[in-house]
Amino acid sequence: MKLTGAQILLESMVKEGVDKIFGYPGGAVLDIYHALSDYPLQHFLVRHEQGAVHAADGFARASGRTGVALVTSGPGATNAITGIATAYMDSIPLVIFTGQVPTKLIGNDAFQEVDIVGISRSCTKHNYLVKDVKDLARTIKEAFYLARSGRPGPVLVDLPKDVVAARTEYYYPKQVSMRSYNPTYKANKRQIQKGVTLIKKAKRPLIFTGGGVIASDAHAELTRLARQLEIPVTSSMMGLGSFPGNDPLHLGMLGMHGTYVANMAVNYTDLLIAVGVRFDDRVTGKLETFAPEAKIIHIDIDPTSIRKNVSVDVPIVSDCKRALEAINEEFAPILSQEDLPRKFASWRDKIRAWEESHPLSYEDNGEVIKPQMVVEKLYEITKGEAIIATEVGQNQMWATQHFKYHKPRTLLTSGGLGTMGYGFPAAIGAQVAFPDKLVIDIAGDGSIQMNIQELTTAVCHRLPVKIIILNNCCLGMVRQWQELFYDRNYSFTCLEQMPDFVKLAEAFGAEGYRIQAKEEIDPVLRQALSSPYTAVVDVLVEQGENVYPMVPSGAGLNEMLLV
Amino acid sequence: MRHTLSVLVENEPGVLSRVAGLFSGRGFNIESLNVAPTLEDGVSLMTIVTDGEELIIEQIKKQLRKLITVIKVVDMNEVKYVDREMILLKVNATEQTRAEVLRIVDIFRCKVVDVSPTELALEATGDRGKIKALTNLLVRFGIKELARTGSVAMRRSMQIED
Repeated sequence: MKLTGAQILLESMVKEGVDKIFGYPGGAVLDIYHALSDYPLQHFLVRHEQGAVHAADGFARASGRTGVALVTSGPGATNAITGIATAYMDSIPLVIFTGQVPTKLIGNDAFQEVDIVGISRSCTKHNYLVKDVKDLARTIKEAFYLARSGRPGPVLVDLPKDVVAARTEYYYPKQVSMRSYNPTYKANKRQIQKGVTLIKKAKRPLIFTGGGVIASDAHAELTRLARQLEIPVTSSMMGLGSFPGNDPLHLGMLGMHGTYVANMAVNYTDLLIAVGVRFDDRVTGKLETFAPEAKIIHIDIDPTSIRKNVSVDVPIVSDCKRALEAINEEFAPILSQEDLPRKFASWRDKIRAWEESHPLSYEDNGEVIKPQMVVEKLYEITKGEAIIATEVGQNQMWATQHFKYHKPRTLLTSGGLGTMGYGFPAAIGAQVAFPDKLVIDIAGDGSIQMNIQELTTAVCHRLPVKIIILNNCCLGMVRQWQELFYDRNYSFTCLEQMPDFVKLAEAFGAEGYRIQAKEEIDPVLRQALSSPYTAVVDVLVEQGENVYPMVPSGAGLNEMLLV
Repeated sequence: MRHTLSVLVENEPGVLSRVAGLFSGRGFNIESLNVAPTLEDGVSLMTIVTDGEELIIEQIKKQLRKLITVIKVVDMNEVKYVDREMILLKVNATEQTRAEVLRIVDIFRCKVVDVSPTELALEATGDRGKIKALTNLLVRFGIKELARTGSVAMRRSMQIED
C-alpha cells in the first residue's frame, strides 16, 4: 500500500521507538499534523519553537533516548536554531523535522521560506533536504542513526510540503550503510596498554570526566576504575553525575568556577586521565599553564577533540565505556599483585588538605538570602534525588557547585553554548520522560524570562516542573564581570523593571510562591516541591553576590579569586 | 606549511558548502580548491591546497573526515605525489613583443589557444613553481586576464625514497 510522506514520517518515527515529540504546527507541516492522530505518538505543544527543541533536548539528556522536535518552515525553523546549536555543542542526540515550502518554490523567496539546511549546517551533526518522497524513509533511518551513534548530535531533516503530501510504497530499511561514516567504538589495545602503564607509573593521578562518560553510559566503568585505584575525580560541568558527587573521591567541578581542590589537583597532578572531554576554554583557563606537570591520557570517540586544544601523551579514540572496560580488565590482574591505591595515598592526603583549607563557601551575613543557601536547601530536601535543570549564568554555577549529582542524567545544563532560557523547557522535556520524578529548574530572573511562555506548555500538559528563581534583579554573571573587570560600570545588567513572578505564574495557571526571608526558605521550598502542580518560586536573593572561586578569563587554574 | 589534500566526497548538493563552510567557520585557510566528478558514479574528488601549522593541518584533516559526506582524506604531503595546475592567460602581444612571448610559450611548452592583433591567449600546465615562473616572465608584457584551476594531485605509483 502506498503511504503519503507524512504517514511515512510518522510510521518511521514509531519504528525508531519514538513515542513523544515536541512541536508547533504551521502551514508547511499541515499534512504531518493532519496525520498525527493516527499514530501512537504523544505530541507536546510548546509555545515557541526554541522551547520545542530544548524540551526534546532535556528529554534526551534525562532519558538517554533520542529527542524529536517538529516545527514548520521559515520562522518555525529559525526559531529552532538556538535549540539545535545548544544540542550540537553538548553532543545531544536529536532529530529535528522542519517543514519547507514545496520543492518547486524553493529558491523563489516564497512565503515562510528559509534555507534552513544552509543555516543549520554549522550547528548540526548532519542535515538533509528531502526532495523526493522515495528518499524519505531511508533519510529518516539515517537521521536517527547519525543522531545517536558515534559522538551524538542533532540532525535536521527538511521536508518540503509536496514531499510529505506525495505517495509512495513504504519500505523502512532495517540497517544503515554509509561508506563515509564509521565511528571508532573499540579502543586500540596498544593504546590501552600504554595508558595502563602510565597509570601504574603515576604518583599523583587525577581522573577528569566529561559529558562523553554520560553519553556513552560509562559511569559504572568509570566509578569502578576510580574506586578500585582510589584515584580522585574531577568533572567538567557536562561531566557532573558521571561519578557520584557525594563520593569522597569526587573533587567537584574544575575550571573557571571549579572548586579550589579540583583546580589545585589539576595544577599538581602528574597524570591526567581525561575521559569524554574536549578541554573547553572554561575548563582549561590559560592553556600554557594547564596541568603543567601532567602527562595526559585522553579518551574520546571524536578524533577532532584530541589534540585540538592540549597536546596528549596517550590518545585513545574510542567509546568511553569500551575504553574504560578495557582498562579495568587490564588492571584486574595488576591489582592482585600491586597495591596501587596505597601508592596514591599521600597524593590523596594532599588533596584532602586543599579540600579542608578551601571548601566551597560564602559569607552568610545579615538578613539577606544568599543564593547558595537556596541551592543547598534544595539538595538537603531532595537528598539529591531530583533532576536539576539550570539556566545560564550565576544560577547555573551555584546549581553545579552546591548541589551534588549522584547519578548521570540528573543535571541538564547548556554547557557549550551557554543558552539562557534553556533550563525551563529542558525541565519540561525531562518531566515528560519521567512523569513521576521531581524535576527542578534552577533559574535566574534574567534567564527565566527568555522562555517563560512555556509555563503554558507545562500547565497544559500537567507537568509539575518546579522553577526556583534566584532573583537578584540583575543579570548576575555579567554584573559580576562588570564589577570585577569593567570598573563597576553596570551597563544594562541591573533589571529595574521586573515582573511579579508570583502573579505571572498564577496568570499562566501555575502556582506562585515568594521567599523573602531566610526562615521562609525551608517551609516554602518544601511546600512547592511537594505540590502536584507546576510551581514557580521567586526567591529574593542578595544582588551583589558573586560566584567564587573564579579563575579570571585568560588566567591559569591556580590563579583563583576566592571568597 | 602548505599541504595538498585529496578529499573524496559524496557528490550531492551542498557538499561543497559543507567543506567550504568548515574552512571558513573554523578559520582555516583555503589556497585553492578544485572539485570534479570521478569515474565512480556519485563520487567527486576535491583537491584542497591549504596552509597552516602542523596541529592546524591535523585538525583540518580530522574535521574533514568528520563530515558525513566525506569518504576519504589523503594528505599528499605524506606520500610522493605529482601535482599540476592549468592556467589560461591573456597577455599583450604587439608586433614588437609577439616573438618574445612566443619564445616563452615554446620554452614553457604552453599552447596558444586564441589570437588577436594585440593579444595572445595561452594555456599552460605545470606545478606551482612552473606557473609562478611563467607568470613572472609574462607580467612585464601585461597580463590582461588570468584564470587558474587550482592544483590537482595524484599519488605516485612508486613511492621511492629520496
